[in-house]
Amino acid sequence: MSSLAQTFDSDAVKHPLLRIQDVSKAFIVSDRRVQALSHVDLDVEQGEFVSIVGASGCGKSTLLRLILGLDTDYEGAIRLEGRRIERPGLDRSIVFQEHRLLPWLTVEANVGAALRQIKGSGAEKRARVEAQLHLVGLQSFAKAYPAQLSGGMAQRVAIARALVTNPKFLLLDEPLGALDALTRLRLQDELLRIVRNRGATAILVTHDVDEAVYLGDRIVIMSPHPGRIASVLPVPKEMSRDRSDPAFLRLRDDVLTRLGVNKAAAVYDRLLEIPNEQRVH
Amino acid sequence: MTSSVMDVRNELVRAPDRKLAVAPSTPRLRPLIVPIILLALWEIAAHTGLADPRFLPTLEAIAVRGVKEFAEDGLTSDLTASLARDLLGFVVGASVGVALGLALGFSRLLERLLSPLLLAHRQIALFAWVPLISMWFGGGEAGKLVFIALAAFQPALTNTWQGVAGIPKIYRELSRVLTYDGWDFAVVIALPGALPGIFTGLHAALIYAWTSTVGAELLLDIAPGIGGRMNEGQHLFHIDLLFLCVFLLGLIGMVFNLIAGAAERRLLRWRRS
Repeated sequence: MSSLAQTFDSDAVKHPLLRIQDVSKAFIVSDRRVQALSHVDLDVEQGEFVSIVGASGCGKSTLLRLILGLDTDYEGAIRLEGRRIERPGLDRSIVFQEHRLLPWLTVEANVGAALRQIKGSGAEKRARVEAQLHLVGLQSFAKAYPAQLSGGMAQRVAIARALVTNPKFLLLDEPLGALDALTRLRLQDELLRIVRNRGATAILVTHDVDEAVYLGDRIVIMSPHPGRIASVLPVPKEMSRDRSDPAFLRLRDDVLTRLGVNKAAAVYDRLLEIPNEQRVH
Repeated sequence: MTSSVMDVRNELVRAPDRKLAVAPSTPRLRPLIVPIILLALWEIAAHTGLADPRFLPTLEAIAVRGVKEFAEDGLTSDLTASLARDLLGFVVGASVGVALGLALGFSRLLERLLSPLLLAHRQIALFAWVPLISMWFGGGEAGKLVFIALAAFQPALTNTWQGVAGIPKIYRELSRVLTYDGWDFAVVIALPGALPGIFTGLHAALIYAWTSTVGAELLLDIAPGIGGRMNEGQHLFHIDLLFLCVFLLGLIGMVFNLIAGAAERRLLRWRRS
C-alpha cells in the first residue's frame, strides 16, 4: 500500500468500525500445525449486528479472541477505528458461553467489577451498575450471589457486565448456547432490544442458525479446515423478525444449505412437491 | 422460589433417614450412640474388676480428679499456658505459611525456586525436627513455639499455595478482558478465589498446632501446661490425671474445629446456593 493510499485511508470519510484484513492464525497442536484461520477479511460497520455461524473448528471463537486482543500472535491486521488491536481494552467487551461470574461477588459487585479500571466516583459507578441491572431486569437480585441464580439470570448478569463499560464493540461467544430453548428465545429478544437501543455494534458467534438470522444484520458463514469465511449473507432490512415468515425461513434454509446441512430443507421441499406431482397425474 | 425447591429436596433427603432411625424422634443424637456404649462398657469393666483400676480408672474417679485439679491444683493455669503457647505458635506459623503460600501462588519464579525445597520439607516428619530445634532454640519456651509454628506452617502454606494456583484459567482470562492490573487481580479474583484453600489451611493449621503443643510439652523441657501435667501424671502414676488430660485435649480440639467451621461458613457464604 502506498503512503498516499494510507493517508487517504486514514482520512476516509467513514471508516468501518472494525476492519479485519487478511488474518491468518495457526496453532501447533502436538507438533502438528493446525490452521485455525486462513485469510479472513471482514469489515463491520458502526451499529451493525454481525452473526457468525459455522461448524465447530471453523475458527469463530479464535477470531473473537483476536478481536478481544487476548492473542496477538497472528498474521494480517485487525483494526478498530483504524488502530491496530494490541491488547484487551474496555472499548470491547465479551459475553462468554459460560457466564464467568465470580462466585464470591454479589450480582451488583460482579457487574461493578468491570468498572474498576474506569475513572469515576463510587456513586457514579453504583448508578451505572444499577441502571444496567434494571436494563436486564435483575435490579431486585442485586445482592444475590451467582449460585442463587438460574442459568438465564446469570447470563443476563454477564450481559449487564459486558455493557456497563459502554463498549463500542460487543462480542458474544455463543452467549445463549448453554441455556434451555425457552430461555434462549426470551434472551434473544432481550439482546436484540438492548443492542438496538444502544446502537451498539456486535458480533455474535453461534451454532444456532435460527438465532443468527433472527439477530443479525449480516450473516457470516465460516467453514473449517482451515477456518475461513465461506460466504456473507445480508439480512434484508425489511425482513420481519418473524420466525415463521417465509422470507425468514428461506434465508435460514439458505444458511443451512451453505453449512452443508440441507437434509431438513430437502425433506421439507419434497413434502411440498408431492401434491403438485399428484395434481399433474 | 429457590427455597421451596430446597425444602422439598431436604424432605426427600431426610425421608429415608427417618425410617432407619434407631430413635425415630431424635435422629440428631445418633452420633452419640457409639461413644455412650463405649463409656458404658468402660464403666462396667472398671467396676467389675475386668480391668485393673490402676490402669483403667472409673469415670467418676476421673471426674473427681477433674474437679479437684480445677478447684485446687491450678489446672486452669496449665490449660491457659498451653492455649497461649498454642495460639502464639499458630499465629506465627500460619501467618508465615499463608504469606509464603500467596507469594508462591503469585510468582512463577518464586515457585520454581522454592517448590523443590518445600516438597522435600513435607517429606520430613515434624518430630524429626525436635532434636535440632532443642539445640538451636533450647527446650524452653522458644523451642516449643518454633515447634508449634512449624506444625502450623506446613498446612497453611500448602493449601494457600494450591488455593491461588487452582484459580480457574477462565477467571484469569476475565481479568485480562477487564484490563485488570496486578492489584485488581489480587483483590477481586486471586485472594477471594484462594480463600477456601486458605481456610482449609488455617483450619488444619489450628488442629496441627494444638496436637503439636502437647508434643512440644512432652518432648521438650517440662513447663506449665497440659503436657507438663501429663508428665506429672505419668511419673506419679496418677492414671486418672492422664485420662483427664487426654479428654481435655480432645475437647479443646473439638471446640477449635467448631469455631473454624463456623468462621468458614460465615466467610464463605457465597458458596451456599
